[in-house]
Amino acid sequence: MDAAQVLLAVMWASLTLYALLGGADFGGGIWDLLAGRAREGMPQRRLIEHTIGPVWEANHVWLIFVLVLLWTGFPPVFAAVMSTLYIPLTLAAFGIIARGAAFAFRKSSTELWQQRLFGGEFALASVVTPFFLGAVAGAVASGRVPPGLARGALVGSWVNPSSLLGGVLAVVVCAYLAAVYLCDEAARSGVPGLADLFRRRALAAAVATGAVALLGVAVLRWDAPRLFTGLTHRALPLVLASALLGVASLALLWWRRYLLVRVTAVLAVTAVIWGWPVAQYPFMLPPRVPYQEAAAHPAVLHAVLAVAVVAAVLVLPSIALLLAVQRRLPYTEDASH
Amino acid sequence: MIGPLDGGAGVVGPLDPAGAVDLAAARMQMALSLGWHIIVACLGVGMPALLLFTEWRAVRTGDPGHMRLARRWAQAVGVVFAVGAVSGTILSFEMGLLWPGLMGVYGQVVGLPFALEGIAFFLEAIFLGIYLYAWDRLSPRAHLLSGVPVLVAGVASAFFIVTANAWMNQPRGFDLANGRITNVSPWRAMFNPATPPQTIHMIIAAFMVSGYVTASVYAVGLLRGRRDRHHRLGFLVPFTLAAALTPVQIVVGDYAARFLSTYQPTKLAAMEGVYRTGPYAPLTLGGVFVDDRMRYGVEIPSALSMLVGYRPSAVVQGLDRTPPGDRPPVTPVHLAFDTMVGIGFLLLLLAAWLALSWWRRRDLPRSPWFLRLAAASGVLAVLAVEAGWVVTELGRQPWVVYGRLRTSQAVNPAPGLWAGFVLLVVVYTVLTVSTVYVLRHMTRRWRVAPQEAAAA
Repeated sequence: MDAAQVLLAVMWASLTLYALLGGADFGGGIWDLLAGRAREGMPQRRLIEHTIGPVWEANHVWLIFVLVLLWTGFPPVFAAVMSTLYIPLTLAAFGIIARGAAFAFRKSSTELWQQRLFGGEFALASVVTPFFLGAVAGAVASGRVPPGLARGALVGSWVNPSSLLGGVLAVVVCAYLAAVYLCDEAARSGVPGLADLFRRRALAAAVATGAVALLGVAVLRWDAPRLFTGLTHRALPLVLASALLGVASLALLWWRRYLLVRVTAVLAVTAVIWGWPVAQYPFMLPPRVPYQEAAAHPAVLHAVLAVAVVAAVLVLPSIALLLAVQRRLPYTEDASH
Repeated sequence: MIGPLDGGAGVVGPLDPAGAVDLAAARMQMALSLGWHIIVACLGVGMPALLLFTEWRAVRTGDPGHMRLARRWAQAVGVVFAVGAVSGTILSFEMGLLWPGLMGVYGQVVGLPFALEGIAFFLEAIFLGIYLYAWDRLSPRAHLLSGVPVLVAGVASAFFIVTANAWMNQPRGFDLANGRITNVSPWRAMFNPATPPQTIHMIIAAFMVSGYVTASVYAVGLLRGRRDRHHRLGFLVPFTLAAALTPVQIVVGDYAARFLSTYQPTKLAAMEGVYRTGPYAPLTLGGVFVDDRMRYGVEIPSALSMLVGYRPSAVVQGLDRTPPGDRPPVTPVHLAFDTMVGIGFLLLLLAAWLALSWWRRRDLPRSPWFLRLAAASGVLAVLAVEAGWVVTELGRQPWVVYGRLRTSQAVNPAPGLWAGFVLLVVVYTVLTVSTVYVLRHMTRRWRVAPQEAAAA
């Protein structure tokens, strides 16, 4: 493996962590949106807040890390993606502001109308942000981002079947992950009623994710034939693995094995996320730009990989510590403020 | 919020009128989001120091007054950090959305400090999560220790990010051959000549902003007659930190300006409004730059030569050495510089006032004017930071990478950037109103139920 390949793997691992951790935080917001009216939705919203409160900022940093690795390691790809997909990325950025700020504001508010206002903003932004990020993924995967600055279609690059698929898939995957995590959180926090509620939601989200994925196969065959070929050939093991793990997760959810389903769901999503680059390898901007053409100078790649090693040594144990602390925080059903 | 744009003087290349509007919009968008983020970023760097200091005193002395302050500041830091995290993310998006011409070419040269900043940001977010949420689950000592990485990582991120800006002023660590970047040395790019003056200046500024802003909140309370120990403590701790740093900052600022006289003389000439290169250069306070000379300002003969070269006959390079197309807009840079320096000396005066009064009778000055000025010191410190960024950013124009890449060549050529700017103004207006509202509401709640808030 050359340095650029290692960096690609590091970048994709970071993106996977963003999807698994940060994605679930967005999913929490989606369930917050669907939790119903202020009074009956209160326990669900409190559990969601309890689960994502201490961790969302740290989880969010993975996205920044991916962006930085991309612009440092593969600058022309960063420039092409950001300049062509200016509109959906601007909207995603606004979603990120609204989600994070509103979540913090809601936590610091005491009056119901304030909590509803900020809560609504938080929940809506939690749907919008993953949708646009998924649409960006769909645009790149379907080969709609040419190299150069803003060479792709301003609107058509992200308003198309593959981008729509990417956006919807991102939203349902976030919701699915969050529901699975929340089952486990609720069971451990001693609120079995909530665990059952999120179990039903996780089952629904699992079915929805499976349906979108199946439909997606048809969409890609028609709209992104190159990606389809990759997914049905080189990436086929990953696609099959994700399907199998998805079915296993359904069964585990059915039997209320919440800790185990956390594992299978994470693996299923990981398989989907790695299926994409395996399918389009070695191209970063299909069909024309392979990673070797876009990679930075070797001195840069080596420096960034050294930084990644430092990050792994410093950050991963710290995250483990944070998650351990978060899991031990006492859950109180009544208002904490 | 940033002054006038460079009126087309620095714009070269085939920019049509629509392109010029989009370039202006992109610059305003960057200025607004950076100018907004820098305020919360300063608080994010400096507040943990105040927080840890008061908590440390509380743990050591067992004083509930210190602990109550620490608990309250922690709540405010929670909100400020969240807002800072998201407003900082927008900036990393905008690097590509607005300036792909910069990032596509130079991203690899300047990327390293951003990656390092990523690590620092991770540690900051992780340990702040532990610090804020596990307060009652950890022993006082362990809790205090969990805050230390927040402080260290905050200062480190400020350092890394400012090295990237320093590189834009002093681009190093690469060769340009036939339009392609070769021989990249990311470490040399990071440790460029502008790194020491800029990073030291900015990190001290962050602590000053945190100190003066926090103190000014309690100064308002003291002015309104709430002269209890809580308010005095809440005023004195942050104000003392900021006041002690103010003279240091003035010395560092002088060093940073002197650095420019060697490395970026055009920027210094714009800051001081000097057109003609020569000895006996005067220092002009205020004024506007019209037809290649300063008007309506107060001139101190030979003072600039004295400041730069320690003798009246020292030669100061003026704008006449720079081709007209490569000159920054003079009046806004000059006035922003004067604003920053003026505020610096005003704050120094305020710091000296407190020092004198404390030395003579161990108390705050009796005059209400001291508290009035102290209540304004937060806004003034923020204004000084903003003015400083106007100086360094506008003073580098028309270049985005000094001497290498023009801002007009870096901008995203996609049409309609102005619409993004309009949306951003709306979003940031709402964000500003909500942030101020939530923080004000928080302090009001503390006043109503001090015990409950301290226990929460």
